[in-house]
Amino acid sequence: MNPLRLALRNLLRNRRRSLTTLIAMVIGAVTILLFGGYSRNITYGLQTGYVHRSGHLQIQHKDYFLYGTGNPAAFGIAHYQHVIDVVSHDAVLAPMLRVVTPTLSLGGIAGNFAAGVSRTVIGTGVVVENQNRMVQWNDYHLPFEIRPVALSGTPDDAVVVGTGVARVLQLCKALAVANCKQPDVIQSDGPDAPADIAALAAEAKTPEQSVSSEPRIELLAANVHGAPNVASLRVFKAVNQGFKEFDDIYVGLHLAQAQRLLYGTDPPQATAVVLQLAHTRDIPAARARLEQLLATTLRDEPLAVQDFETLNPFYGQAINMFAAIFGFMALLIGAIVLFTVSNTMSMAVVERTTEIGTLRAVGLRRSGIRRLFVCEGALLGLIGAVAGVALALALAWLINHSGLTWVPPGQVDPTPLTVRVWGETRMIAGAMVGLVAVAALSAWWPARRAARMNIVDALRHV
Amino acid sequence: MEPIVLSRVSKTYHLDAVDVPALVDVDLEIRPNCFTVISGPSGSGKSTLLNMIGCIDQPDQGDVVVAGQAMRNLSDDARSDFRARHIGFIFQSFNLLPVLTVFENVEYPMLLAHVPARERKQRVETLLEAVGLADRANNLPGQLSGGQRQRVAIARALAPAPSFVLADEPTANLDSQTGASIIDLMRHMQRERQVSFVFSSHDPKVLAAADDAVMIRDGRIEKVERRTPDAEVPA
Repeated sequence: MNPLRLALRNLLRNRRRSLTTLIAMVIGAVTILLFGGYSRNITYGLQTGYVHRSGHLQIQHKDYFLYGTGNPAAFGIAHYQHVIDVVSHDAVLAPMLRVVTPTLSLGGIAGNFAAGVSRTVIGTGVVVENQNRMVQWNDYHLPFEIRPVALSGTPDDAVVVGTGVARVLQLCKALAVANCKQPDVIQSDGPDAPADIAALAAEAKTPEQSVSSEPRIELLAANVHGAPNVASLRVFKAVNQGFKEFDDIYVGLHLAQAQRLLYGTDPPQATAVVLQLAHTRDIPAARARLEQLLATTLRDEPLAVQDFETLNPFYGQAINMFAAIFGFMALLIGAIVLFTVSNTMSMAVVERTTEIGTLRAVGLRRSGIRRLFVCEGALLGLIGAVAGVALALALAWLINHSGLTWVPPGQVDPTPLTVRVWGETRMIAGAMVGLVAVAALSAWWPARRAARMNIVDALRHV
Repeated sequence: MEPIVLSRVSKTYHLDAVDVPALVDVDLEIRPNCFTVISGPSGSGKSTLLNMIGCIDQPDQGDVVVAGQAMRNLSDDARSDFRARHIGFIFQSFNLLPVLTVFENVEYPMLLAHVPARERKQRVETLLEAVGLADRANNLPGQLSGGQRQRVAIARALAPAPSFVLADEPTANLDSQTGASIIDLMRHMQRERQVSFVFSSHDPKVLAAADDAVMIRDGRIEKVERRTPDAEVPA
């Protein structure tokens, strides 16, 4: 007699009790899987957002990550085009790459001098065509709408600003920014722009710009030699950047424009070469190869490789937070399952005391009795896990097709609320193995008690 | 076949603060291939003596030797294996496993004795035929009468071809007519298969069918009647 067959028959003896225990386990499995699927989706959503914006890996000056924000121009990559060529044509890297593109970050002051307001900003110069390719990356098949980046189709002197920048520079009305209330009167408590800056700004404008009514800003930045340089730029759009801290300082501009502002007639540089891979799982291999190249072919410049998790610490923090919540939930559910199964098996042992005595009398070893009850617990766990996975998949399907939306952290537009259970083989297998193991473990103590029964006492049990 | 030998066996149960002697210095030899009945009033020590012979209880003092094997120093696993191979049990309340069919109940002890599958099947079919339940092989015990269940229990006890079958008051839960038929069946099987049957019973019909009768009172053997001479007992 197969122990599992015997265990199944014994479980069917008291169907109501077995069913109650199963329901507890199914609820536990569904909770774990749905929350796991939800947090997995958040992870993938966050990762996709960061990979759209900053790629999987970036090649930077070796000190740029720690010191570059103070003076980005001082940490530029002089021969960035050579770096791009080497990386793009490398036989090992090429199959893993989707996009290789330069970016240039700069710090400066954006002013709407007509309104007498200005603020410090961080500008990012990008190659729009490449950025548009980057936002098409969807390794996890998330249900989001691919939109071209805001700078698409704009002239060289166009910029896109964060809504926070638009608000401070009093551009909300001109840019038709929703939910952006402007104060009636701005009390400027600082001095006017210095005369030389104002003169530079005036020089940067063409006669047409001076009379145009389209929103403009003057972007002042220190060039590579430390001298101030100003560009008068057309503001095409204000785009919420998700995080207020970033939204309040963001200015996006064309790479060529940013390079002109920082390097003037000097050879242009970039602060990073962004690499977007076809698959996130390729990061370790790509990184290893890049480090080889930096140590050999590209050793003339002091460069380093950073991955998106290092560049975006919030990603790791969010993942860790969800992992901690998931672990805590799994622990609680595991404890509930443990006590439920243990209680069920304890009752079964009491009810079947005479049977245990009979089995021992006819020659079943103590280990056989233990195996019998542990098998029952494990089988209960297995049935509960299978039913739980099936129900979780069904509920996930319902949720994914319900049309519910939410705004993930760091994003602006609502995205469909989805729960990713189907395809998450490791998570499903982990939940199943965990549930079966907890159920078997729960049965072990009652099984041990059953195995240690005195045969004569067990046979006398009424 | 070897006899069952008990030498100076004593057993005392400790109930709260009271010590209850169940067996006191019992010396007994049970002949092989006999129908032996241990008889005595309630509380006389019949069941305790049977438990000692069946190796499911251990004496405080003395030695029990069954089928040539001294039980004293055997581990629990070794005693389990010994029971599986050498001893069949018939219980007062039948004690069939309710989730197993009649066939499976009879087959189960042979699984523990590692009898090959084909032989198991053959033996089960033969035994069920012998006890008149061949047509109930796929029934569950709950679908049988008391007499039928005890017949299944007899078949189960004989299934691993044991040296001894121990029966603790096997007719106590049966009406007199069924009880009588069960005694006849056991006697028949005992003779046919040349197995030693040891009963605890105070049923006069069981006592009347015995080759040997062991009288016990207050944990001491009062009398052993050898009703069938050694010469008539198969070797």
